[in-house]
Amino acid sequence: MNFGSIDPVLLIASLMVAATPIVLAALGELVVEKSGVLNLGVEGMMITGAICGFAVATETGSPLAGFAAAALGAMLLSLVFGLLTQVMLSNQVATGLALTLFGLGISALIGQDYIGVKPPRTQPIDFGGLGDLPLLGPVLFNHDWVVYLSLFMVFATGFFLNRTRAGLVLRACGENHDAAHAIGIKVVRIRLAAIAFGGACAGLGGAYLSLVRVPQWTEGMTAGAGWIALAIVVFGAWRAGGVLLGAYLFGGMTVLQLNLQAAGVALPVEYLSMSPYLITIAVLVVMSARRRTRLAAPAALGRVFHASS
Amino acid sequence: MPGRAAGMCGMIALEKRPQPSRLWALATPLLAVLLTMIAGGLLFALLGKDPFAAIRTIFWDPLFDPQFSGYSRPQLLVKAGPLILIAIGLSFGFRAGVWNIGAEGQYIVGALSGAAVGLALYPYDGWIVFPAMVLAGLAGGIAWAMIPAILRAYFKTNEILVSLLLVYVAENLLASMAVGPLRNPEGGGFPGSRNLAQWSGSANPELIAGTGMHWGVVAAFIAVIAAYVLLARHMFGFHVRLAGQAPRAAGFAGVDPARLIILCLGISGGLAGLAGLFEVTGPAGQIGIDFNVGYGFTAIIVAFLGRLNPIGILLAGLLMALTYIGGELASFMLDIPMAAIQAFQGMLLFFLLAVDLLVNFRIRIKRREIAP
Repeated sequence: MNFGSIDPVLLIASLMVAATPIVLAALGELVVEKSGVLNLGVEGMMITGAICGFAVATETGSPLAGFAAAALGAMLLSLVFGLLTQVMLSNQVATGLALTLFGLGISALIGQDYIGVKPPRTQPIDFGGLGDLPLLGPVLFNHDWVVYLSLFMVFATGFFLNRTRAGLVLRACGENHDAAHAIGIKVVRIRLAAIAFGGACAGLGGAYLSLVRVPQWTEGMTAGAGWIALAIVVFGAWRAGGVLLGAYLFGGMTVLQLNLQAAGVALPVEYLSMSPYLITIAVLVVMSARRRTRLAAPAALGRVFHASS
Repeated sequence: MPGRAAGMCGMIALEKRPQPSRLWALATPLLAVLLTMIAGGLLFALLGKDPFAAIRTIFWDPLFDPQFSGYSRPQLLVKAGPLILIAIGLSFGFRAGVWNIGAEGQYIVGALSGAAVGLALYPYDGWIVFPAMVLAGLAGGIAWAMIPAILRAYFKTNEILVSLLLVYVAENLLASMAVGPLRNPEGGGFPGSRNLAQWSGSANPELIAGTGMHWGVVAAFIAVIAAYVLLARHMFGFHVRLAGQAPRAAGFAGVDPARLIILCLGISGGLAGLAGLFEVTGPAGQIGIDFNVGYGFTAIIVAFLGRLNPIGILLAGLLMALTYIGGELASFMLDIPMAAIQAFQGMLLFFLLAVDLLVNFRIRIKRREIAP
């Protein structure tokens, strides 16, 4: 065993990479849940994004086109959920599960010809000499554009939800859809937009897994990342900053256990691999036992809205 | 009347029915299957396969083709057994608003606990071995389900996320057991336990030759009957239905929510654990890294397709089993990938949820009205 081989600076730099898919997917789901919709299909949308992005990036040779396709593909899938839950008034829990099951199937189907293929590389942004700075260089100035996009999105989502009129309208739908409807807000339209945004974010997160983090395509490669994103929204008490914190903590755990595996800790690999899931559960328990977190949940979350008049 | 048609191009409006339509409740699963066949046919056509041949290979040939039906007909019960057993368990919780979606994990842990008891007794092969393994499988599944149950009942933690995350924990546990404590000491270092189906003490054999009927299928049939009686005739069934339809009224009627959560998750976990035990001692034969094949997730579709009704689940389980067998046949005969069948099953749930609208709502075409 050799703990000396674990470098804390590199650990932080790589936890940012590990957390980025979760940050993106959880931010999307945050907006969806703030509008009063519980979409349990994050896993299905992520894996659909992962394969759409991977396929388009390898065919065109452009990672950027891949990310765009991932966002688009997952958004289309999320709109199926939107159509079912918002227009056809289906149960959100069941429909979200259907989305995950369908996403896993369709992605495996599309992905058959891409097993073992290498995707085009997404290069870190070159900040000139800044990347060579000690400590700060690897942490702040040596990442690809998606990491910076995810950080910007944390800020933008928080700003949108709390500081803009549109964000207020969206939150009104999530707190009390009947009241929102009564003052003339188009609840269904706003929720559909939120669902589409959530889908696009999950798709980007998925594509980051298949194009950067892993980078290759294997069936079921998201391995629960979408479910962890859902847990992170609760952990973050439905706040963008909280989501970032939760995702980075989770990313830290993942990277740490991988490092411990590499350092040859005297624990079977399987027990280390299950640790991030166990820690997510533990954190979820601590957070939900607190009254404050429960009160932070949007009041109309998961309820079906039907304007009968 | 053709003259009125012009005026009809108004809005499509949904009108809530005072009572759910019983006719549509029976018709919607069939309609969903039909729509899935059409959409699935389009999917197969996109893959460059003959859609009619594909649908026939999946739904007809496994049962009636003279060449293949000899092998595939018994497989119908082999595959339907665990699906029905798990789905019956899930249906209680789904009715009461307790969402156990981690049956796959409970299935794995049930198989692990049962197999561990059996392997501990090896090579003793008295009659007691198999019943002891069944009890251990049941207990393992219940114990795994108690984690989300207790967390939900006493810490208000979302049982959907916890039960699902525990599937990944169970999968890792399975892998560590297959290469560690439960590995066959005479297996030459390969992962995987002794073959439980080939050891007389633990074997869960085909009971009637050529039918595929094993103890797990018997248990599934018993579960269907028990669930039917429980829901129709027992106080617990009434409480489950009440909690799902009117949670506030359930509170006034004296339904203890914590107890209901624990019972619902306990039943579904126990039945999933049993399904795992019967699988590992029969069709699968051993604990291996890839022991679980997703029955716990497909059972969710089965439960909904059967409208959470025991008889419906029985039929839905048989239909889903058919898509598995037909899917294997289609991948062998027509080179259609198994993943297409998975997408097909997901699609079925989508269509089912979509046409469900017709049960609770009436679709009215309103003429455009001008506000006075």
